Amino acid sequence: MIELTTTRHNELIDPIVHVWGWEIPIYLFIGGWVAGMMILSGYFFMKGRGKEYHCVCYRIPLLALGLITLGMLALFLDLEHKFYVWRLYTTFAVKSPMSWGAWLLLLLYPTLFIIFLLQVPDWISTRWPILHSWSQKLRSVKAITKIVGMVNIVMGIILGTYTGILLSALGARPLWNSAILCILFLVSGLSTAAAMVHMIAKERAERELLARADNLFLFMELLVLALFFIGLLSSTNVQIQSAMLLLNGPYAAVFWVFVVLLGIVVPLFIQNLAVNHKIIHTPVSPIMVIIGGLILRFIIVSAGQFSHYANAHFIR
Amino acid sequence: MARFAMVIDTVKCVGCMDCVVACKTENKVPEGFNRDWITTDAKGKFPTVQMEIRSERCNHCDNPPCVYCCPTKASHVHDLGGVVLVHHHMCIGCKACLASCPYDARFIHPDGYADKCTFCIHRVEKGLDPACVAVCPTHCMYFGDLDDVESQVSKLLLERKNHALIPEAGTRPEIYYLI
Repeated sequence: MIELTTTRHNELIDPIVHVWGWEIPIYLFIGGWVAGMMILSGYFFMKGRGKEYHCVCYRIPLLALGLITLGMLALFLDLEHKFYVWRLYTTFAVKSPMSWGAWLLLLLYPTLFIIFLLQVPDWISTRWPILHSWSQKLRSVKAITKIVGMVNIVMGIILGTYTGILLSALGARPLWNSAILCILFLVSGLSTAAAMVHMIAKERAERELLARADNLFLFMELLVLALFFIGLLSSTNVQIQSAMLLLNGPYAAVFWVFVVLLGIVVPLFIQNLAVNHKIIHTPVSPIMVIIGGLILRFIIVSAGQFSHYANAHFIR
Repeated sequence: MARFAMVIDTVKCVGCMDCVVACKTENKVPEGFNRDWITTDAKGKFPTVQMEIRSERCNHCDNPPCVYCCPTKASHVHDLGGVVLVHHHMCIGCKACLASCPYDARFIHPDGYADKCTFCIHRVEKGLDPACVAVCPTHCMYFGDLDDVESQVSKLLLERKNHALIPEAGTRPEIYYLI
């Protein structure tokens, strides 16, 4: 072996840690999105309003099943030792959020499949009549619908918070050292899920209700973002510097323009006019919300890896 | 029980990088990667400038975040001396341990698993010093058991002023630098 350089230049580590590229932000985004969908559809089933709120109960569970599969695919693509992925299921590491997540993802499939079975779309039930008969059996006992709804809400909350805990448990990255990161991702997941429903819902009543809910979630997201920064800014120097990465450092332009302005404030304004019938409802604002949620995950993952205890080279 | 630690005298270290080369040779560290490295830390303003040259590696922390975050228990604390190691055949390459290390001491081996300094446990088990310590031409590196109050490392830490790296990260690092 001929190598002349002896200073460290490890791939993915130097000059700045960048172990996670696009796969993890995509996975975290989809995880939060699906969590929001589970909470919303679970809520309407629990309230016994499946018939009225057709889209959120009828189409969303199937969409969530497809999306979580895509998310898991992204997670798998990120692994460097792919053929050993089964090792996740040979143990349970209590202190590792990733281990919790691996087992949680296994439990998600039956949970989502049962809520999907509660109202199987026609194009599926005509092709596989057995699903239709299962669906009728499930619905014949009213308590089952309620319990399945509640289980979906609980699993959705666990999934949504887990995507944040996954990052905040990694103590070496000051930007992620915030317990409120999981609440931020949960609320962002709820707002993107509500945006998805009011974008594709055909019934006007459902669209308006979900747009109103989305406005509430977006407002909460602004508050949680503020709390996230208050927490970091009132902590030690490294946490303050890591918050500054987003507030006025190298990530500030993307953060303020795409996450805060175009991802939260402008859609909140547009949707507020739409639900008050000042303007017509278009898919523009929900698309902005969804893209804003995606960019939020990218920026948190990227800036988090940039933030560091020792090489505070980003300090102004 | 033993608690292995390394004590490095920054006054004697000249940054020759023999430790780096010894490690690469001993452990067949793949091209382009390092398990240990030299950091030159200059502080102050001319004419009151201070420079510290440090041979750095995994700190084999007492409170190791890389072990806690590992979803498969591939990252583990070895029975002998609290050394932090990785079972290569159990690692899925999720990179959580790389992100959790405040010292950036880990990397992904080209074969796909997380790799790092092992304190040359294969040598230590035979009663030898780690390769980096063994080759140091200025004898500035000491390896030993902190649980043994009579060991050279324990005595040096009592006698000399020293510091560890990023103690504020709470990982309780086990490499000490004499100043």
